[in-house]
Amino acid sequence: MTNSSSSKKQGQDQPELSGPTPKSQRTKMGKSEDNDKKNLVKKLKDLEISIPIVYGNIAFWLGKKASEYQSHKWTVYVRGASNEDLGAIIKRAVFQLHSSFNNPTRVVESPPFELSEAGWGEFEVAITLYFHSDVCDKPLNLYHHLKLYPEDENSSMSTKKPVVVEFYDEIVFPDPSEAFLARMQGHPAVNLPRLPAGLTLPPPIPVEDATKRRKGDTKDHSLSQWFTNFSEADELLQLAAARQQVQAHIAKLRRQISLIDGQHQQFKSSSEP
Amino acid sequence: MDAKDILGLPKNSFPPLEKKSRPPKESQRKPDGISREVYALTGGLAPLMPAIEASQLKKKPPPLEKVTWQWLPFTSSARKDNLHLYHWVRVVNGVPPTGDYSFAKYNKSVDVIKYTDEEYDKYLTDPVVYQVVTVGSRLTSITRIGRNEQHDAFLFLLLLLASSLGRDNFLCGALALLFREMWTKEETDQLFDLCERFDLRFVVIADRFPSSRTVEELKDRYYSVSRAILIARAPSSGDVAAHALVKEPYNVSQEMERKRALSMVLSQTRQQERRDEEVLIEAKRIAESRIPPKVAEEPQLVSSNAGAEATERAIPGETVSPSNAQLSSMVAPTPLPDNASTLASLRMLRVYLRTYALEQMVQAANASAGLRTIKRVEQTLQDLGVNLKPRVPTKAVCAEHLELRREILTWLNLQKQVQYKEAEGSSFRDGSYGETPGTPKLLHRGGDQDRTFVPDSINFGAERVGKKDQKRKAPGAPSAHKRPRKLKASDLYASQERIQGTEKASCWDMHVYKLGIGIPDIFESLGRDVEIGQDCKNQLSEPHRTPFVDYSALQNPCQKKNKYLLETEEPRVE
Repeated sequence: MTNSSSSKKQGQDQPELSGPTPKSQRTKMGKSEDNDKKNLVKKLKDLEISIPIVYGNIAFWLGKKASEYQSHKWTVYVRGASNEDLGAIIKRAVFQLHSSFNNPTRVVESPPFELSEAGWGEFEVAITLYFHSDVCDKPLNLYHHLKLYPEDENSSMSTKKPVVVEFYDEIVFPDPSEAFLARMQGHPAVNLPRLPAGLTLPPPIPVEDATKRRKGDTKDHSLSQWFTNFSEADELLQLAAARQQVQAHIAKLRRQISLIDGQHQQFKSSSEP
Repeated sequence: MDAKDILGLPKNSFPPLEKKSRPPKESQRKPDGISREVYALTGGLAPLMPAIEASQLKKKPPPLEKVTWQWLPFTSSARKDNLHLYHWVRVVNGVPPTGDYSFAKYNKSVDVIKYTDEEYDKYLTDPVVYQVVTVGSRLTSITRIGRNEQHDAFLFLLLLLASSLGRDNFLCGALALLFREMWTKEETDQLFDLCERFDLRFVVIADRFPSSRTVEELKDRYYSVSRAILIARAPSSGDVAAHALVKEPYNVSQEMERKRALSMVLSQTRQQERRDEEVLIEAKRIAESRIPPKVAEEPQLVSSNAGAEATERAIPGETVSPSNAQLSSMVAPTPLPDNASTLASLRMLRVYLRTYALEQMVQAANASAGLRTIKRVEQTLQDLGVNLKPRVPTKAVCAEHLELRREILTWLNLQKQVQYKEAEGSSFRDGSYGETPGTPKLLHRGGDQDRTFVPDSINFGAERVGKKDQKRKAPGAPSAHKRPRKLKASDLYASQERIQGTEKASCWDMHVYKLGIGIPDIFESLGRDVEIGQDCKNQLSEPHRTPFVDYSALQNPCQKKNKYLLETEEPRVE
């Protein structure tokens, strides 16, 4: 891959990095050989930026203060998986609530992207994330079913311990723009790709204010004690173990098949006149 | 009695009440028309709602008018002869219906043009003029001035011959042909009369026509006459220009050609049809391959990768590489069960969630498998303790998850393959019993069995592995399963493997092959003291050996066959 990159550096650096690659340059790539094409696809894939997020809700039962229409106080939010500030990426978040709420379309313009309300019912919240212009011009939709009541019906609801439902996900930008890449260098919330050699990025424009940044993260959030820590290590272990098992089974079966084939071969040949 | 004492006086009051309640109940219990049990279905009581009585349904609404039917005479405007017939008529309130006979309106006829004699002489004579040029006494040219020139060459030849050779015969023949061509007034009148009588049903007219003329000729004459009359009668040419007959005159030659072609198609044999279809398909394919692909560049870029992968997986039907590339590029917009194409479609989105991407990839992987297989994969995942949807879907986790799914699919396919092979083996052995040419041969070739076992298995293994990767459902597997599993020696052999497991079976195989014995002898030796697992030995006890009896008969099939041969040969010899 390095060979091809160095040789094709001149011709292909430009199309690689500019976000919306002009079609003419794409046709040039189309005419190159298969190998190079494959490498190119790989290269572009490697340039994807992914942002691990966690979205969900925390709901507190109001206990004595609960009324018929407001039995729980809940907060629905989108946060960085490691509680980092997402403000550099997300411009605003729109939470679409149930129509029974006043102004069901709630817009949150700055991080932390969360919304607190009081209510009694569970419904699906449609979260739309709008990104900054250099990041992506298309919004992304998430759906979260608000949970107020604990899974276990028998467990009593306490005002102290909330019901927490969180989901881990990653926002993937398969084809990030140069500016975005540059800006994200060194950002803690972002999984950056391994940049190929010879890639020159423009220097990042310092947009954010240090104080603003600090406000945006959820590390010291009041609810941070309830946040779940998602670690991929367990999952990976689980998957690796499973894969090993399956591979063992496969090997066994393959041996069995070769045995049977051998027998068939024998029988076939022996029955020939 | 004791109860009475216990209860005391009030008891006396009950019986009369009870008796009272019973008779009315009993009278209630006797409904008319319905048996007691059925009535009990309603709870023993009459229904609360008044049911619709059958008698109500049979009632007719009171008639508004007085209707009688009378046998009355009638006439029809369609008839010209004033015939009076009778029929039943629905008379309402004493007033018979008015109006014409209801079917008279269907008496339609075609407006056949009627020409007068003057018109005929003026416009409709059928001149077939031959301009004969003679130089001296020799005929140099004959030009025909008239309508169609079908028989021109023939006539010309005839006339030529007639003039140069003996006149009479040929000339007569030529003249006869000429007359046949021409339409006399008589004939035209006859034709028109028939046309009117039979409403332009030319098939019937042709049948009834006195001199034998084809349908096309008749049509031709009729339409040309009609056309001529129309044009002649029209005040100005513009008026009739729109008329169908004027715009598109009857074209005899075209009609004849068309009918000929139709009859050819009708009489085409099935083979010809098939050949025509094949040719059309080829033509279509060639035409399509010439059309440049309209797909966007990007998918084409990846789809050519897909194409390379697809050729490995042997998309059926496409062996030519350029057409393959075209096919894959044209198919690219639709969701292919291919990794590269899902990746491409994901890349088309500017932004997406990892879980969404995983879903797409899983769907793509599942597209090639049936619903049952998908369920089995999910079940396996659960058994292995893996979440169907990973809780922490990072890039690495998703990749691992997909790989795991793929491996499970491979595993399931392998399981199927093993089943299929075992079934194949048993069926194969069933078949081989029937067709063994001769055991002596097998015995003779016993030495050949020493052939090394391992290389064969390797070859086969490689072949099979290659096929497995294509993830095709093993053909014939269902049919193998459908075969009734009689407890035969082959079954025993196959089941033995399954019971003992692969390791033991392999030992058994090695043993067998080391002995260098053929099939019949294996089973012979099963009865003897050959080293086999204890479990298997139980299976080989006496009761199971009964199938072998047949087999022992087959052990000398050669003998049997010879007997048969001898039987048939005898008469021949004699």
